[in-house]
Parts: sequence; C-alpha cells; structure tokens
Amino acid sequence: MPARSETIAALKSAYPQLTESEFRGQTRVVVPAEQLIAVASILKDERGFDLLVDVTCVDYLNFRDAEYRFGLVYLLASTTGNERITLRVYLNEPHLSVASLVSLWEGANWLEREVWDMFGIRFEGHPDLRRILLPEEFTAFPLRKDYPLQGRGERHNFPVLTRNQG
Amino acid sequence: MPITPATLTESHEPAADGQDYIWTLNFGPQHPATHTTLRIVLKLDGERVVDALPDIGYLHSGFEKLGESLDYNQYVTVTDRMNYISPMANNVAWHGAVERLMGLELTPRCKYLRVIVAELARISDHLLCNGAVGLDVGAFTYFLYAFNRREDLYDIFETVCGARFTNSYTRVGGLMYDATDLFIEKVRAFVRTFPKTLDDMDRLLNRNRIFIDRTKGVGVLTKAEANSRSCTGPVARGSGVARDLRKDEPYLSYPDFDFQVCCATAGDCFARYLVRMAEMRESLKIVEQAIENLPSGPVNVDIGRRAALPNKRMVYSTIEGCISHFELEMTNRGFETPVEESYAAIEAPNGELGFYIAGDGTDVAYRARCRPPSYIHFAVFPHLIRGHTLSDVVAVLGSLNIIAAELDR
Repeated sequence: MPARSETIAALKSAYPQLTESEFRGQTRVVVPAEQLIAVASILKDERGFDLLVDVTCVDYLNFRDAEYRFGLVYLLASTTGNERITLRVYLNEPHLSVASLVSLWEGANWLEREVWDMFGIRFEGHPDLRRILLPEEFTAFPLRKDYPLQGRGERHNFPVLTRNQG
Repeated sequence: MPITPATLTESHEPAADGQDYIWTLNFGPQHPATHTTLRIVLKLDGERVVDALPDIGYLHSGFEKLGESLDYNQYVTVTDRMNYISPMANNVAWHGAVERLMGLELTPRCKYLRVIVAELARISDHLLCNGAVGLDVGAFTYFLYAFNRREDLYDIFETVCGARFTNSYTRVGGLMYDATDLFIEKVRAFVRTFPKTLDDMDRLLNRNRIFIDRTKGVGVLTKAEANSRSCTGPVARGSGVARDLRKDEPYLSYPDFDFQVCCATAGDCFARYLVRMAEMRESLKIVEQAIENLPSGPVNVDIGRRAALPNKRMVYSTIEGCISHFELEMTNRGFETPVEESYAAIEAPNGELGFYIAGDGTDVAYRARCRPPSYIHFAVFPHLIRGHTLSDVVAVLGSLNIIAAELDR
C-alpha cells in the first residue's frame, strides 16, 4: 500500500527538504539521521502509524553508484488507516549511529539489537543494546559485505568446555 | 550485559514483604516445552516469575547472509528451514517478494495453487500450535487429534511436490510442478473430513475447565501493547487488532474468496487459542473455494518473460523454449532484476512474514532480509510472563508459537 498524499504533505510541511520516491507501490522517504525521531513521531502521532513492521539495514559496500555505506530501513504501517511507508536513513563511516526508536515503539528493541549485532550500527538511547543472535564474545559484524561468507574461523576457534572442565 | 553466572547472582532489592531471596531457573535450551532450542533465564520469587531474560541465538545459521550468495530459486530451500511448521507459507512469501521486486504478474492458476498450499500450511501450523499448547498444559489426547490430521496435510504436500517436510514448492514466476488430479482429490477429501476434526477439537478443549483455568487471563496483551510491540497475526488479532494482510493488502487471488478475519478481544492465551481455531475454519473455506474454482491454464509465467524454466516439450520443439532454457541455466545470464529495493509480505500463520529484498541486477539478492514473526513475538514474552507462575511459562510460550529456527535464522 502506498502512503497517502496527506501523509507526504504532513511530512513535507514540517521538513520541506525530505525526498520521497515510489517503487512498486511502496513510498520511501529519505530522512537525515538527526531528524529521524522527529519524523517518526509526526508519523506516529499525527498520521496514525502505530506499527513498526521492521527495522533492517543494507550494506552498500559493493553496490553500484552507492554514495553511502549503510542504509537503514524502517518499515512503518498503520493498522487503522491501512497505509505503509518506508523511512530510509543513510549513514557513512565513521558516524555509524542513529537515534533509537524504542521510546516510540517498544517493538524496536529487539529489531535494533539485531541491526547492531549484524551491522554494528549504534542506536543512541537504546535501553539494552547488546548482541542478540551472536555470542557476546563475537567481535565482527557478519552481515557487512566485507565479512566473508564462511566466517573468519570464529566457529573453529571457539572455546570448548569439556565435561571435566564444566 | 552478558548472561553469566556472575550477573545472575547479583544482589536484588529485598521484596516488600521481607522476602529477600530470588532464585534463578534456567529454562532451556534443552527443554521439551521450549519445542526447539531457546533459553530463558527466569528470576523466580517462589513460583512467581519476577523477570525473564530470553537468551537466543542457539540456532543462528546466517540465513540472511546465505541469501546474498544463493540465487532467487536456490534460496527457497533455505526459507523452508525458517518456520519449518509451515514451509509452504515461507516459500510463497519469499517468491512473492522476489516477484514484487521483478514486477512479475503470475498466472491465475499459479495464484490459486499458491493460495491453496498457503492455507493448508496455515491449518498445519495452527494444528501444531494449538495441539502443543494442549500438550504443554496437560491435554495429551488433544495433541494427538491435531497431529493426526497434520499427517494428511503432509501427504497432500508430498503429492504436489514430492517432499513432505521441506517443500520448496514455488519458483520465480510459477511453481515446481502443476497440481495433479490426485492432489485435487486429496485436498477435497481433506476439506470433507476436516470439519469433524475441528468439532472434536472444539469439544475437547473449548469448555474444558482445566484448560480454561490454565489459559484464561494468562499472558494478557492489550491492543495498544500489541501494536507498540509490533505484533501481527493471531497474536495481534487475539488482542483485538483487526489487521489481516489477506484483507487489507490483498495479494495472490485472495480478493476472489469469501472469508472472515477472526479476532478476539481478551488478548490472553485462551483468546489466541480461539483465534487460531476459528482461523482454521476460515482457511478451510478458502481452500474449498479455491480447489473448486481452480482455473485451467499454465502455472508458469509466459516464456517471453524469461523467469521460469519452460517445460520439456517447449525446450525440445521450439527455438524460444530452447534459448530460454539455455539462458536461464547459464551462470552469467539468468534473469534480470531491477537495481531497486522492495518489501513484500504475506499473512503467514504466525503473522506478517515479509522479505525485504535489495536487487542489484543479477539473479542473486544483494540483501535478503526476512521479517520473522517469531522473533518479534518472542520479544514480547518477558512482558507477558511477568507476575505469572512458572507453570504458565509453557502456556504463554506455546500460545505465541515460537519457532526457534525462524527466531534465530
């Protein structure tokens, strides 16, 4: 479902420099990292986007004509208005941090933790930002494009406790 | 904060009633009631759960990283292994997302067949989920009633694609095989006999005093919390969120069918159980309508679109078929995708199952993100269990239908 024109108008009236695009019926709005919270709260409070569907990230290291290293994806939906919108936040090294949305949607908690775990992007203000799927001792961010598919030997060098030691 | 023995023995504030001990219980990773491999560290005050710390990742196998090296047709085998209770729904979701990215319009017969297998997968998933809730709270007979009919569903899947468990039935622009008469016959037989099973299951548990006591008022999720915590599917509908992608954003051929969205308002384990029971009846209605009105014609998209492999007769007897087959098989040709990104979701048995795919022009995804409903629902678990007793842990876990393979991917 594409976003309604009133939603885009509401965003544009507050932040005229936002750019939106559409592909296969999906509206995407590029948001500067520092305005993410403000734009998200407009969508939530004024336009009724009460569901944070997903938070994810794409590493554009080998992507054709990419200007940025990382692109965060926030998929928002409205359960009452039947409307969807995608927010894109682009980040470049070394400033890999963005405000956390946990204050707006509780569901952002684990989704942002997974992005931190896999891509190493910090979410400022997150209540519990630690690794979730990988072990605490893991040092790399495996979904980055410079991480090899077969890993860097972490699995083989992982400390093993034998029955006697345990 | 890593979960280590040191952090678990940290001193806690004494309880108001002077009780100054809280003990820790490790639930899982190897516990029958976790159904798969997940771990919860419970802080208990006597038998009451003070806090629950989920520790997941035991089954993490890098599915999303694999998606960046397997092509769009190969990756469907990996989606089978996400939510392996309803692999057909994952197949449909994955290739639905790929086709959204490529802008492919499917043939009517393919859409109907995908609806049939997705709805049968929903029945299969709900049977297991509800059966397991029954099993976990002590209704073993009920579990056997549910599991017995899943066997029929596995037979149907075997008839249509050759595999019982990991189906990998869909392909870009179509399906692996067309449905046979035997498949249609088996689905009809299932549609005929399944209402009786549902009646039996209803009679076994809906008014069962023990089951109601164990599930009613346990793990209550309000409507506002369900939205704020990104819940979808039966978990959200059990809390009164009337959102079903089949109605709200109709995909495949769902607009053709007459069915209802099932909701409850209580938001507890019993409400989620009832929603799943009701959804099975609605799914059965859809399957019946689809199998009786199954359109004829090809299942794969037109050969000019160069997405699905042409059939053998075309390959051997027409030049277009021969070229098409050759180019699709060549490693450096394949099919083309736009350098774009798109998200498409279906109403999977567990909730909104979507894939965010970034295409880079080749037939391998640049990024294949799965929106896993189990992962998002498990994040709600500590909130639901706080204040309940230890025996409620299994009831709440079961009613959220956490599939650890999808949780960890």
